[in-house]
Amino acid sequence: MVWARGLRKSYGDLEAVRGIDLDVRPGEAFGFLGPNGAGKSSTMRMIAAVSPPSAGELMILSMDPTTHGPQIRARLGVCPQDDTLDNELNVRDNLMVYGSYFGMRKAEVAARADELLDFVQLRDKAKGKVEDLSGGMKRRLTIARSLINDPDLMLLDEPTTGLDPQARHLLWDRLFRLKARGVTLVLTTHYMDEAEQLCDRLVVMDGGEIVAAGSPLELIRAHSTREVAELRFGVGDNEQNAELVADLAPRVEVLPDRLLLYTDDGEATLAQVHERGLAPMAVLVRRSTLEDVFLRLTGRTLVE
Amino acid sequence: MAPAAVLSTVTSAVPSWEMVARQRVYWATVYRRTWKGSVFTSFVLPLFYVVAMGVLLGRFVDAGGGSLDGAPSYLSFVAPGLVASYSMQVAMGETTWPVMGMIKWSRTYYAMTASPLAVADIVAGQLLYVMFRTASTGAVFLLVMSPFGVFDSWVGVLLAWPVTVLVGLSFAGVFTAYAASVNSDTAFLVVYRLLVVPLFLFSGAFFPIGNLSAPLQWVARATPLWHGVDLVRMLVLDDVQVGAALVHLGYLVLLSLVGWVLAVWRLGKRLEV
Repeated sequence: MVWARGLRKSYGDLEAVRGIDLDVRPGEAFGFLGPNGAGKSSTMRMIAAVSPPSAGELMILSMDPTTHGPQIRARLGVCPQDDTLDNELNVRDNLMVYGSYFGMRKAEVAARADELLDFVQLRDKAKGKVEDLSGGMKRRLTIARSLINDPDLMLLDEPTTGLDPQARHLLWDRLFRLKARGVTLVLTTHYMDEAEQLCDRLVVMDGGEIVAAGSPLELIRAHSTREVAELRFGVGDNEQNAELVADLAPRVEVLPDRLLLYTDDGEATLAQVHERGLAPMAVLVRRSTLEDVFLRLTGRTLVE
Repeated sequence: MAPAAVLSTVTSAVPSWEMVARQRVYWATVYRRTWKGSVFTSFVLPLFYVVAMGVLLGRFVDAGGGSLDGAPSYLSFVAPGLVASYSMQVAMGETTWPVMGMIKWSRTYYAMTASPLAVADIVAGQLLYVMFRTASTGAVFLLVMSPFGVFDSWVGVLLAWPVTVLVGLSFAGVFTAYAASVNSDTAFLVVYRLLVVPLFLFSGAFFPIGNLSAPLQWVARATPLWHGVDLVRMLVLDDVQVGAALVHLGYLVLLSLVGWVLAVWRLGKRLEV
């Protein structure tokens, strides 16, 4: 669906994407995980056949975006990070106008618009103003709009950024359904839980490069331990205590507010901590997540 | 820019007319939500101008007995100038703020570029809409003025109508390119005060440019609005000098084409990054 080798994008002296390789397969959900400024959105705009690559090779749906942009875009569904809905049109007319750009006949768009409003649960808002919709509803309408042409490949740039938890879950549910219908999803996110929930495979991006690739589970296995013991000492005491527990786990990370001990048995490690007479204010044993993978690979947390 | 780059910029400005046609639903909705206001202003504004400038101010001018480049009265001198100037102002109104809005505020252009539409198609849609707007406001302007007996040739009026559209287009392309290049709408106020208003006042709409000092006359002759004003005036007063008319026409067509290409180039730079 998407194939890239040595793909680059620069803006003047700034290199946003520094030579990445991609292989997105039909029917999968593929994610770009990384902090703001990692080059995710620049990559997405190139895959959307809008932004021309600065160097490297890129094929989308087996076509070259520099020569077949309109043909590629005819089969894509794009849900951009920033809202591009038309506030002066009502909810349904946003879909009607957008469908016309794809050369669809009016009756065809109308039928599809009603179907999609049902799908994103906005049927009762069809005649309503876009301005009056909540953030989650707007995002769902944008998704409905991007599906108007029944795309083979859907691009979602940070689909749930800025949404409340309930709205996120509703949106994830719709994306699962799309995937079940065989639509290939490519999405960017800086939420590790979103990446774990939605993506079959993902790449971790940092500073314009891919620093790791694989399924969420593979990445966690390859770059982290099974469990993590989190210790919270008082403010300023974390670093000092880190030295006292350094030998209890193969890897210890010091964050401003807590210590992370990477270990295969969190409870056992915790017991050893207590044996040493240390009394953290709070403790937590959890499974490793993509956040830990990211911390390991880049030395930084995802959401700062 | 190297000649090859110029050539590729020019060829990439050619739209796919099928893609342009796909935008009719969008532009029809834009027109539907603005036409009530625009019909009122496009009818009333010419009337105000003609009454104030042509009829009332004209009494003093005609009493003074100045030379008006062959026009029988000040009213018939000023009317064609007003039509052409108004077209420039409509073109500015339909490109500057709306174009910036579609880039920065409603971000409609970004939604369009995610569809099969290319930048050249989007610019063509935008400029055709401006032509439609200048054609409709120009037609109303000409109709409003006709009862004042200012036109000597009906054929000339019918020919002057597309010329007013051409005047609008010659500004619309350049203004679209400009709107795609700036970051703040305060830039438009500068353009309005330092370009549009001086052009409106000094391009021969209100007085023969022969009244200007020699160097300023040449400045006036270099501006697109003067070519538009003079051509419209020749046509409606049935006083066509073929050579001069062709120069006016050529100038306006050339500027329209250059502006169109510039608009595609600048909007491409803005959107395809």
